[in-house]
Amino acid sequence: MSEHILSKDLQPKTNRWKFLLGELKPKGKLLTPFNIISVPVILLGLVLIIIRFWKGLSSITNLSQEVPWGLWIGFDVVTGVAFAGGAYVLTFMVYILRMEKYHSIVRVTVLNGFLAYLFYAGALLLDLGRPWNVINPIIGNSFGTSSVLFLVAWHFMLYMLAELIEFSPAIAEWLGAERARRILKSLTIGAVIFGITLSTLHQSGLGALFLMAKGKIHPLWYSEFIPILFFVSSIFAGLSMVIFEGSITHRVFSHQLAKGNHKSHDQILRGLAKICSVAMFAYLFLKILDLVHGHHLSHLFTSWGAWYLVEIIGFVMIPMFLFIRGVKTGEPLIIKIASLMTLIGIILNRLNISVIGFNWMTVDRYIPTWMEFEVTFAVLFLEIWIFRWVLHRLPVLRPIEEVVKSQNIERS
Amino acid sequence: MSIDRREFLKTLGVAGASLSGVSALGQSKPESHSEEFYAILHDITLCEGCQECEFACAVANSLPEPSDYPDSEVKRKLKPDQYSVINAVETSIGEVYTKQQCMHCAQPACASACLTKAMEKHEEGPITWDGDKCMGCRFCMLSCPFNMPKFEYDSNNPKIGKCQMCFSRLTEGEIPACVENCPAEALIFGKRSEILREAHRRILDDPSNYVDHVYGEFEAGGTSWLNISPVPFEELGFNTSMDHKPYPELTKGFLYSVPSVFVLWPALLLGLREATKREPENNELEVEE
Ligand code: SF4
Ligand code: SF4
Repeated sequence: MSEHILSKDLQPKTNRWKFLLGELKPKGKLLTPFNIISVPVILLGLVLIIIRFWKGLSSITNLSQEVPWGLWIGFDVVTGVAFAGGAYVLTFMVYILRMEKYHSIVRVTVLNGFLAYLFYAGALLLDLGRPWNVINPIIGNSFGTSSVLFLVAWHFMLYMLAELIEFSPAIAEWLGAERARRILKSLTIGAVIFGITLSTLHQSGLGALFLMAKGKIHPLWYSEFIPILFFVSSIFAGLSMVIFEGSITHRVFSHQLAKGNHKSHDQILRGLAKICSVAMFAYLFLKILDLVHGHHLSHLFTSWGAWYLVEIIGFVMIPMFLFIRGVKTGEPLIIKIASLMTLIGIILNRLNISVIGFNWMTVDRYIPTWMEFEVTFAVLFLEIWIFRWVLHRLPVLRPIEEVVKSQNIERS
Repeated sequence: MSIDRREFLKTLGVAGASLSGVSALGQSKPESHSEEFYAILHDITLCEGCQECEFACAVANSLPEPSDYPDSEVKRKLKPDQYSVINAVETSIGEVYTKQQCMHCAQPACASACLTKAMEKHEEGPITWDGDKCMGCRFCMLSCPFNMPKFEYDSNNPKIGKCQMCFSRLTEGEIPACVENCPAEALIFGKRSEILREAHRRILDDPSNYVDHVYGEFEAGGTSWLNISPVPFEELGFNTSMDHKPYPELTKGFLYSVPSVFVLWPALLLGLREATKREPENNELEVEE
C-alpha cells in the first residue's frame, strides 16, 4: 500500500495536475438509462433556477402568504437531512462503540451524508428570498441567537466540516499525499465526536423549527416532542438509507468489491436491520405516548386520522416487523423492502408536518408546481452524479491499491 | 429606566433624538415589561370602515393606495405592500368593521424566529423589519401565530411587508399615522397599561355594547394592538383558540437544552469510546487501517 503512495508522492507536481485533469474525464458508459433521464432533468432544473432568481419565487413555485415553506424545505431539507442521518449513526457505531463489522461502509456513508448536506443546504439557498444576506448570520454582524433556525444553520455548516474531515483521508489517498493523510486521519475521532453532537442537535432542531407553528400544524402531527421524535426517527431513517443506497451501489459498483465483501454485506444488513427495528420500536412507543398524552385520540376517527394511521401503521409498524423478520431469517430482500418502506414513511412524516398537515384548516391547499418537483429531482440527480464521480475515483468502497490498479488497467 | 420612559411620554414631541440610541429589547424580558410598551386600541364599536387609516398607512410607508373597499362578501387580505386592512364583517348585530395588521406582540414569535435579527422588537413596542439583514427565509411567517408578515413572492429582491407601528414616526415624537388620521376616534394610542385600562373601562361602562374581552390582552402572551368588540371575536374571524403564553416559549426548552448537550455529549462519547476499548495499543483504528 505505502509503496504505491510513496512512489506517487515523489512524482513532480505537474504530474499531479495531469492526474487531476485525467480524473475529470468521464469513466464508464455514457449512454446509461440514468444518464439519459438525469441530464435533461438537470439542465431543465438549471433553467428553472435561473427563472426563479430572475422573476421571484412565485414564477416557479406555488408558495403563498399562507404557505411560506413548501416542497423545497419540506422534502429537500427536512426529509433529506433525516436521510443523511446514517453517517452520524454509523460513525457512532464504528468509532465510539468500535463495532468493526461496519467499518467497510463508513466511508461511503459519510460521503453520502456530506453530499446530501451540500446539496440540501444548496436547495435551501434556492428557497431564500434574499440569499445575498445569507452571510449575515455567519459573519456575525447579526446573530439571531434566539432562533432555532440560526442554530440549525450553524450546525449544518459545522457538521459539513466535520464530515469533510472524516472523509478527507480518502481524498488524501486519492491524491497520494501520505503525510496529509496521516494528519487528517488523526483528526477523525475529534470530528466524529463533534459530528455526533452536532447531529443530535440539528436533527432534533429541524423538528424544533415547527414548534412555534402550533395551531397551524394538524394536532396529530404537532407535538411538543417533535424534536425528540425527529431525532429518534433520524436514526432509522439514516440507516434505512444506508441499506437502500448500499443495495444500489453494490449492484452498480459490484466490480469494485472483493468477493468476501458480498457475504459480509449481508451480515451488515442484518445488523443494521436490528438497530432499525429497535429504534422504530422506541419511536412508535413515543408516538403512542404523544397521542394519548395530547388527547388527540378523537382526531383518529377523521380522514386526517386515517392518513395518520397509514403513516404509522403502514410505514412504521409494518416495516418494523419486516426488519425483525429480516433479522431472523437473514433474507436481504425483506430487509431491503423494509428499508424502502421506512424511507417512504419518513417522507410522509416530514411532509405531513411541513406541508400536508400545515394549515390543515384552510380550504385552498398548497400543491407544489411540477417545476418544484422538477428542481427537486434536478438537485437529487446532480447529487447522484457527484456521488458516482467520486465512487469511480476515490478509495471509498475499496482500498486505494485496487483503485490504482484498476486505473492503470483502464489507462493501458 | 421606567422614569425615563414616563418622561418621554409626557414630552412626546421633543424626545426624538434621545431615543435613536435605544437598544432592542431581548426576548427574555419578563412579561411585566410589556406594560411599558406603547399600544393601540381599535374600538370596533366606533369604527366606521372609512379606510382613512389605510390611506394614511399607505402614505406614511410610501405604499400604493388601496383600490378596493370593505365588503362583507369578500375578505380583504394583507399584502406585502398593504400593512393594514379594514374588513366589513356581517355579524349578529349587523355589519361591523375589523382592522388587521401586525399585532406587535410583547414577545414576538417572528423576532425570536429570525436568525438575522432583521425582525427586531424595540423598547417602545414596535417590531420592525430590516432589509439589509433579512435573508428571506420566511421563518418569521411560519412562526407568527397571527400570520402577519407578508412576502413579495413575485420579486427578485423580495421584501417582508408588515406594519411597523410607524417606528420612524415614533422616534420623531409623532404617533402612528393611522391613529392620527382616524376621524371616528376608533383608534387610540398610548402606553399599554393605560390603553388597557381604558379598554376595560369602556367595557365596564357600557357592558351591553361590548363583549368582555380585550383581544390582545393575553393572546400570544399579550400584544400591543388591542381590540374591543360588540360581538364575540370568533364571529369576526379572530383566532381565539390561540395560546396565552408567548410563542417564543415553545422553543425555549429546546434552546436551553443545547448547551448541556454540547457539554455532556462529547464527554459521554469519549467515555463510551474508552469503555469499549478492548486491547489498548493494538486495537486503535488508525493502526488497523
Ligand atoms: S403579530 Fe406576528 S409579525 Fe406581528 S409581532 Fe406578533 S409574531 Fe411578529
Ligand atoms: S424572512 Fe427575513 S425577517 Fe423573516 S425570519 Fe427570515 S431573515 Fe428574519
